[in-house]
Amino acid sequence: MSTEKQQEHLNRHVDETEEIQPDVGNGEMDEEFVEDLDTLLDEIDEILEEDSQEFVENYIQRGGQ
Amino acid sequence: MGTETEYGISVKNAREQDPVAASTLVVNAYKTCRGDVPSTATSVTWDYDQESPLMDARGFLAETETPISEADTSSAVNDILINGGRYYVDHAHPEYCTPECANARDLLLYEKAGELILEVSRLAAERLLLDNQEVIIYKNNTDYKGHSYGAHENYLMSRKVPFDTIVDGLMPFLVTRIIITGSGKVGAENGSEETDYQISQRADFFEKEVGLSTMVNRPLINTRDEPHADDKLYRRLHVIVGDSNMSEFSIYLKAGITSIALQLIEKGVVGKKFSLKDPVAAIKCISRDLSCKEEIELADGKQWAPIEVQRAYLKLAQEHLTPEERTPIVEDVLKKWQFVLDNLEVDPGRLSRYLDWIIKKKLLDAYRKRHGYQWDDAHVRMLDLQYHDIRPDKGLYIRLLKNGHVKRLLSHEEIVHAMHYPPVDTRAYFRGTCLRRFPKHIYSASWNSMIFIGKSGGLDKIMMDRPHFGTQKIVGELLNNCTAEELVKEIRGDASG
Repeated sequence: MSTEKQQEHLNRHVDETEEIQPDVGNGEMDEEFVEDLDTLLDEIDEILEEDSQEFVENYIQRGGQ
Repeated sequence: MGTETEYGISVKNAREQDPVAASTLVVNAYKTCRGDVPSTATSVTWDYDQESPLMDARGFLAETETPISEADTSSAVNDILINGGRYYVDHAHPEYCTPECANARDLLLYEKAGELILEVSRLAAERLLLDNQEVIIYKNNTDYKGHSYGAHENYLMSRKVPFDTIVDGLMPFLVTRIIITGSGKVGAENGSEETDYQISQRADFFEKEVGLSTMVNRPLINTRDEPHADDKLYRRLHVIVGDSNMSEFSIYLKAGITSIALQLIEKGVVGKKFSLKDPVAAIKCISRDLSCKEEIELADGKQWAPIEVQRAYLKLAQEHLTPEERTPIVEDVLKKWQFVLDNLEVDPGRLSRYLDWIIKKKLLDAYRKRHGYQWDDAHVRMLDLQYHDIRPDKGLYIRLLKNGHVKRLLSHEEIVHAMHYPPVDTRAYFRGTCLRRFPKHIYSASWNSMIFIGKSGGLDKIMMDRPHFGTQKIVGELLNNCTAEELVKEIRGDASG
């Protein structure tokens, strides 16, 4: 990417800041969102490491910084 | 500014876990898959002469930590990247350091490029393992058994500011910023008070206010004084109390608001106004209060919620930053800072697409509800860990990002670009571009030096003690239109003339 292009990205990014919108509170989730979350949870059930118990127990790191 | 991220690593179905060997395999594997750089470039070594990690900001040399021995350094794997960053094995973790960045957005970009570099190396490393083995890498800070690995930030500051002034002004900021920068963690560690879920991954590991160590008895403010630049002009503030973030919004704000807080400290407008009575206890308390409203005690007896402390810094920024200092990015950071504080005040749940600890909390809540799991269930901890998995098909944060559930600030295209090209407005431009252009002529490099191999085999060391120099604007034309010999000659000529 050229410098001009990087600058373009930067400007666009800064223009886009108006977009930030809070999500609806947990108590008032709309239906579409709940459906979305359901699909996501289905996905998680599929991809979560099998044998969570064993995996989590065996995940031991040496302390770093 | 720049960040250093230590990643957690594990090999599935390995007979025995050897994190040092696994880290070495992963870091080395990156060399084999960097098609863009001639293989000779990968033999460039790190110039340790420029390092003195045990120098202390308060003016004395370290006594508590033993310097790394020769034997250790010779086995360490080092790699300087063409994006100006560094990628190596630190202790028993792969570590990626971003190049020096001039603003929060570049910092975010280069930290994200690091995640891709790790993923590319992970895939290459897996090809060398048995079919049933998998390398798993987490961008998090704990194994939930009391072992923590770091996500450090570095900020360039003026040497003129006394270190005590930095401690006074920064401590309340760092302790309270976790409500924005926390990555979220199930449970408690290191003998801290039990809890189901807390805001910060690292808070439990900090045991004192100020000190030099980074691995045991960790201090909230680290005194390492190793500027990697002209030490008469600069200091490098080494912040070790942060979490590894996945959320782009969290990384961007972490770098952005911390830089602003340091600018305010340099201006002398913070002082001891917000000093806390007991910062070590406060950070653990704030980490356990998911409402962000519980008050902590200031040294002068006032009771403030962490949101109020952050608001006070934001207000100082709005009052004291000059129009020149309020660049478009700084302006954007101020706006997002305010947005986050306003919404935390109403209900942290409103930020469930923005901040890591809230994104993760929402996911955990929905998952627990579906299966009826308690907080201490292994599945819940697994989900917590897998949020930080860097694999696109398994990493839960990445899945959320791809499905549009979290806020994006970057395009994938620009992150890929940042794996291969340095930022243009710091000395990383010089380092990265030299490595790309003259791989055969570079003997070694460090943050503030490059050693070129001369025609007769002699070595020429170029010092880069000014982080704002070596930019595309200053050296771009020269770098792209000369040979390595001409470059060294030109710079030497400049230096003597």
